Amino acid sequence: MSAFFLTIFVPFFCRAVVQGVPLLFGATGEILTEKSGHLNLGIPGTMYMGAIGGVIGAFIYEQKVENLNPFLGIMIPLLFSLLFSGLMGLLYCFLTVTLRANQNVTGLALTTFGVGCGNFFGGSLIKITKADVPNVILTRTHNLFCKTLPFASKLGWFGEMVFSYSFLAYLSVIIAVIAAFVLNKTRVGLHLRAVGESPATADAAGINVDRYKYVSTIVGSMIAGLGGLYYIMDYACGVWSNDGFGDRGWLAVALVIFTLWRPALCIFGSFIFGGLYIIHNYLTQALHLSFASQELVQMTPYVVTILVLIAISLRKKRETQPPAHLGQNYFREER
Amino acid sequence: MKEENPVSDPTKVTSNAPAIELRGITKTFGSVVANNNVNLLVNRGEILSILGENGSGKTTLMNMISGIYFPDKGQIFIDGQEVLIRSPKDAFKYRIGMIHQHFKLVDLFTATENIVLGLEDGRKYDLAAYGKEIAAICEQYGFVIDLNKKIYNMSVSEKQTVEIIKVLYRGADILILDEPTAVLTPQETETLFAVLRRMREAGKSIIIITHKLHEVLSISNRVSVLCKGQYIGTVNTAETNESELTEMMVGKKISLNIHRSEPKGVEDRLVVDNLRCVDREGLPVLKGISFTAKSGEILGIAGIAGSGQRELLEAIAGLQPLTEGTITYNNPTSGKAENLRDKTPTQIRELGVRLSFVPEDRLGMGLVGNMDIVDNMMLRSYRKGPLGFLNRKPPATLADTIISDLEVVTPSSKTPVRRLSGGNVQKVLVGREIASAPTVFMAAYPVRGLDINSSFTIYNLLNEQKEKGVAVIFVGEDLDVLLELCDRILVIGSGAVTGVVDARTVTKEQVGLLMTKTAQEGGTEDGE
Repeated sequence: MSAFFLTIFVPFFCRAVVQGVPLLFGATGEILTEKSGHLNLGIPGTMYMGAIGGVIGAFIYEQKVENLNPFLGIMIPLLFSLLFSGLMGLLYCFLTVTLRANQNVTGLALTTFGVGCGNFFGGSLIKITKADVPNVILTRTHNLFCKTLPFASKLGWFGEMVFSYSFLAYLSVIIAVIAAFVLNKTRVGLHLRAVGESPATADAAGINVDRYKYVSTIVGSMIAGLGGLYYIMDYACGVWSNDGFGDRGWLAVALVIFTLWRPALCIFGSFIFGGLYIIHNYLTQALHLSFASQELVQMTPYVVTILVLIAISLRKKRETQPPAHLGQNYFREER
Repeated sequence: MKEENPVSDPTKVTSNAPAIELRGITKTFGSVVANNNVNLLVNRGEILSILGENGSGKTTLMNMISGIYFPDKGQIFIDGQEVLIRSPKDAFKYRIGMIHQHFKLVDLFTATENIVLGLEDGRKYDLAAYGKEIAAICEQYGFVIDLNKKIYNMSVSEKQTVEIIKVLYRGADILILDEPTAVLTPQETETLFAVLRRMREAGKSIIIITHKLHEVLSISNRVSVLCKGQYIGTVNTAETNESELTEMMVGKKISLNIHRSEPKGVEDRLVVDNLRCVDREGLPVLKGISFTAKSGEILGIAGIAGSGQRELLEAIAGLQPLTEGTITYNNPTSGKAENLRDKTPTQIRELGVRLSFVPEDRLGMGLVGNMDIVDNMMLRSYRKGPLGFLNRKPPATLADTIISDLEVVTPSSKTPVRRLSGGNVQKVLVGREIASAPTVFMAAYPVRGLDINSSFTIYNLLNEQKEKGVAVIFVGEDLDVLLELCDRILVIGSGAVTGVVDARTVTKEQVGLLMTKTAQEGGTEDGE
């Protein structure tokens, strides 16, 4: 047991967590938005923008300075990332809340826009570096972002499984816990849930519906953007390549459904999704899977999401349903 | 009806200024005037009823007091001070609380959560502490309710109780109740009225919107009447009676000079017997409706909106599942009697039973807004034609005929119907339905929102159908039109028939009284 545990399970677990962190950021952000009644399908584009924002910040700082100041080296990419993803959230809100555009169309358009925009900036930076490979390499910033807790290596497998991650990974869990607390235990959370369940009721109760929608969507987008930043600066070792983010944005949206709109469940859900995302590597070795079977295994998160959707639709339990007004815009004087 | 003297003890009035006063309030939606120059006054410790038919602007008026809408013109005074109520928040500030007809509650929340929703009192968010305070209010006014129950598990009457506690908890002194008894059983209504009387004794001002006359007389001190957005007047309940109120509510008879021919070739076409159905919550909507529609005559259906007209027409068209009842169709070509309940909507249509629009979604149910007139004609003929290819010729000809015959104002038959005005949309829809030579033609509110000329075009169309021997069923809201256009009028109240009258001899007041009467359940009358 112990050989399997130490050589296979522990590394697998750690890699699953690392894969799960971007999904956890994305899903927590998306839950905040969806709780306000807005289905933001622009999340994949928003996460992509969060990633390129961080890359731009880090690139500018690395170009300007020889020795990075650790504080600035982290804060500049972080703030750029938040700015880019926040702007995506603002744009989504302006279109769907103020102009009342169709949420699905707007979201999909923003995903296309975000990916295109990210690739444009990415391509431009690659041109500037004049490198042989089509990458932007930010090793010095990566070294700042991937710092783990100092005592991780002294605690054996336990240290590796629990303490070997970078600060953004812990931040993702902390944010998810805070989001769960705010949603369920505070007045702000009560009001936000009311806005998503029944905006007319919230409005009649004197809640500023539009403000709640704006704030929750922009904050949610910023949180989701951190997922992109984590992916580049930690997982991808500070190496940006165009279209490198894959389908993680959509997995984050699927994770929201899988965890029934609960940020606390998202913490575990993200690790499960992360594990399912990479398990094919392990199964290939163990079971000698063909390439086609690997692709099938990679589909598992989506299949699981569909099964969850079927299950909650069949059970019709009110507490596990999506926010009642999800996807519908609100206009007070509509008759 | 009058169990007690409705006038409260005058010593309860603490201030001379009225609790709330409205002067010259006007509100328009597009070209529709919902309220025109309305005045209203409520004192402390008083219950004021607002009486009016549906569409008379009662709810719009109350929405302006509670900050949902903002008036175009006019002033609102609270305790003699002029105020601006721009949002529901402002309304709370002036201690106004509204209990809407459609409850504003979050289904997923408990009673307590709903009651504290939107509260910004700067205190710690502690549901247990709030629960205690709310329980105290319940005790004071005699409400019995489980505060931790979720709304979706509650009965209609429990939900209403939560709404009332909600406004009381916020310290409302002026309570507005929009048709609070429409959804209640008689026992629940009595309980509610007992609570309202207790609140009046505690010095609250209460405005209650209703169209049930006996309730007005039993609960209120004074009555204000609205008719078609106009303010008619206010009377003391003690000095009035049902017939005076009805006359104020329906207004003076106006002569319209609609052409009406004598029915010819009258035979029973559609015999409806004891129709019953329930809504999504399982509450009865149709409570045993029976009537006969005859060929060559127009049968009018009158009633307060939402009394079951829509469900009745949809039941005949096969769109509404029934729990009980039969619909017998006497087929004029085969001479056989057929039960429509066994048939699909398509089969019913093919027999020649045509349902024209219900205006809540004039476009939604009958026409596709983004398609042009020709394509909309094809919605009725797309199944015809060989091998799944469409023949666009006949519908194009039909579209042109309708445009010229009914004087539809449109750039061409290729214009999306969404861009036409309401009247022209309605002409297109009626034109298409009557082009298929129906034997039963049902039209619900076909002239709502139309100008006078378009309305007369529709009346003439209906008359033409009648003269062709079609059994026409006309659901209307304007009593003047019903009295001049129809041959017989079926009056329904809360899903049951309250009377069938001869439109040539009946008076407006008689119909008005029947509309506000609640029939005995299963009360079935036939016009014979």
